[in-house]
Amino acid sequence: MSKPSFSFSTAAIDSNEERKHLADPTSGGYCAFEGWVRNHNEGLAVTRLEYEAFAELAVKEGARIVDEAVKKFGVNRAACVHRVGILAIGDMAVWVGVSARHRDEAFKACRYIIDEVKHRVPIWKKEHYVNGDSGWVNCERCAEHAGDHAQDDHHAHAHHHDHGER
Amino acid sequence: MKIHVRYYAILREQAGKSEESITTSAATATALFDELKARYPFTLNASQLKVAINTEFRDWKTPLKDGDSVVFIPPVAGG
Repeated sequence: MSKPSFSFSTAAIDSNEERKHLADPTSGGYCAFEGWVRNHNEGLAVTRLEYEAFAELAVKEGARIVDEAVKKFGVNRAACVHRVGILAIGDMAVWVGVSARHRDEAFKACRYIIDEVKHRVPIWKKEHYVNGDSGWVNCERCAEHAGDHAQDDHHAHAHHHDHGER
Repeated sequence: MKIHVRYYAILREQAGKSEESITTSAATATALFDELKARYPFTLNASQLKVAINTEFRDWKTPLKDGDSVVFIPPVAGG
């Protein structure tokens, strides 16, 4: 029960194990989001992914996000686990779970956490493509027109490079 | 003063190292990044990065002091 609300895993995420930490007698439901490694992005065939994190700051920012979701939506418990290292197609890259009295706040809190994690937590993703190329998502293309849009690019690109949500 | 810099993701690859200790007179993270950009083939500009000092997000204009640990944060892509 004392597991941190945001953590990293170097091994496969076991969502059945993770959800046990959300058990609460006042909860009437549980909502989860799993992000999976997809085999394509932006028209390129992807063979595998590599996640790297600035772990010390990432766990702080991740915990702040989970805290915000709990307060904002009044849910009982919430947690997020993110993978680091090399992942294959179909692997779970991220898990978010929320338990609440009612489903509405559980869905909203779950959505809030995954959205904020994608934008705020210092985690980077390198895609390896079938054609042998590789690239850091949101970084390579930004660099091509460096200075054009500055900060706005972060969010614009983050939305376009969504993984495991469709 | 001495500043400890850690590099992640694209910056780590372009610097060719994960961390280093730098003796600098850079007054702020902005000045420090300019100094490093002259040394390494960084493709990202400061305007595309965030900065963390001693494991917390900070403003680029925060004065640096001896012994600080600095991380420049490229656009993130978790999830």
